[in-house]
Amino acid sequence: MKNPYRTQNIAFFFLFLATLLIVIPVGLIVAIIIQKGLPAINWQFLSDIPRQGMRAGGIFPAIVGTIYLVTGAIIFALPIGLLSAIYLSEYSKDNLLTRLIKLAIVNLAGVPSVVYGLFGLVLFVVFLKFGASILSGSLTLGIMILPVIITTSREALESVPQSFREVSLSLGASKWQTIRHIVIPNAIPGILTGTILGLGRAAGETAPILFTVAAFYLPRLPDSIFDQAMALPYHLYVISTQVPNVDEKIRYGTAFVLLALVLFMNLVAIIIRYKFRKKKKW
Amino acid sequence: MVKFDIKDLNIWFGPVHALKQVSMEIQANEILSVIGPSNSGKTTFLRMLNRLNDLNQNFRMSGVVKLERKDIKNIDTELLRKRVGMVFALPLPLPLSVFDNVAYGVRMHGRKTKKILQDRVEESLKEAYLWEEVKDRLNESAFKLSGGQQQRLCIARTLAVEPEVILFDEPCSGLDPISTAKVEDAMVKLKQKYTIVLVTNNVKQAARVGDRTAFFLGGELIELDKTDKIFTAPQDKRTDGYIRGKFG
Repeated sequence: MKNPYRTQNIAFFFLFLATLLIVIPVGLIVAIIIQKGLPAINWQFLSDIPRQGMRAGGIFPAIVGTIYLVTGAIIFALPIGLLSAIYLSEYSKDNLLTRLIKLAIVNLAGVPSVVYGLFGLVLFVVFLKFGASILSGSLTLGIMILPVIITTSREALESVPQSFREVSLSLGASKWQTIRHIVIPNAIPGILTGTILGLGRAAGETAPILFTVAAFYLPRLPDSIFDQAMALPYHLYVISTQVPNVDEKIRYGTAFVLLALVLFMNLVAIIIRYKFRKKKKW
Repeated sequence: MVKFDIKDLNIWFGPVHALKQVSMEIQANEILSVIGPSNSGKTTFLRMLNRLNDLNQNFRMSGVVKLERKDIKNIDTELLRKRVGMVFALPLPLPLSVFDNVAYGVRMHGRKTKKILQDRVEESLKEAYLWEEVKDRLNESAFKLSGGQQQRLCIARTLAVEPEVILFDEPCSGLDPISTAKVEDAMVKLKQKYTIVLVTNNVKQAARVGDRTAFFLGGELIELDKTDKIFTAPQDKRTDGYIRGKFG
């Protein structure tokens, strides 16, 4: 006779094991970066420009560059992503064409980032003549995170119960009023989740900014959106592989700052999301 | 006075012929009960009157529905739904406070001063016999109310936009007998001001509150007559069978 309790315990064990297998590597990565990177962190490292061929000094221009790029990408991608998600979820008819479009968008999220980089190079840098600039880089990153933002926003909008829409419409509200006052407010937590994911990806990718904005070494702050900029992930790549004899401390310090920056930006979004979730009343 | 005039109404959802050749009139200030087993087309009929069926992209229809002699196709959908309110089967408060739920529809129909809103909310809650129970809880989430209170809140919300007709779609299906009695009381009083169409699975409820009763079966209107007559001397054998509980 099979013992159902034993079966349950075995299942539980494997589920737990799988979770553990995910948590351990993440924990290790974070622990190693903190352990090796934290000693490098001091005021000079955060506020100074790189010196002695990036073997000393700080990473301030790269921090600023990454903040510019991520902000630019979100400013570009969030409104467009949200609007197209609203169109796809609320207005478009469910037919073969829209299903294909939705499928294409989901698949775009899986396109390698270097492809976006080349696309950005061709479209923004060369064709539109923005040059290698913060504008080109932000737009390229924005296009890269658009699919994530559209897909998660669409799912968030669609998860708002149909009955809410019917109630609102039955009271004589217009479709737009229904979307504006009922659907979107209840979808904001999900939309923010998409934004968080997009943010993290935009901050961390190297390939899309490689051809479109990133400066190998630019020991000053960019002075306009048409200027080149340093960025943390590319800087990390450079000091890890392109420049010999960089102190390990500086490399891990840079990684630590990048991690902390993404975490901080996510935290802001998570706090906003939490505030909205608390208001959710069903 | 004739409120709704329905002629040769047919409705399809994709291949399904949901309503077949229905013709009837609905009088002003009456309670028309609509009874019938599930899948008989009652709710489809009801949702035709405020064009909620239009939300289904497979919806097709033929025939004419007139509200006060005007084809409802030629009435602005928003305006039609303002004139023809609806209370759904389950209590469906919006995820807002009690006050905002009632004020929602009013706000959507143009800016109002705070005073007008407050008066309208109070008036509507009183009409729905809910005011005394919620007057100190107006800022609480509507989901904190009991099921019966939520349903009366939904009635108040519908009343607040000042409709002419109220459609009730099995409004008591999720309620206990006491809450049901309260909702029924409210309905009977409301008919002085409003025309009421009540779809119900509860045959006894139709007998209690309806002035006239319509019996639907398989998408067809089998019989429509004064409630007394339907329940004492129905013309059709199938009506008789249904109200005696022989099927459905």
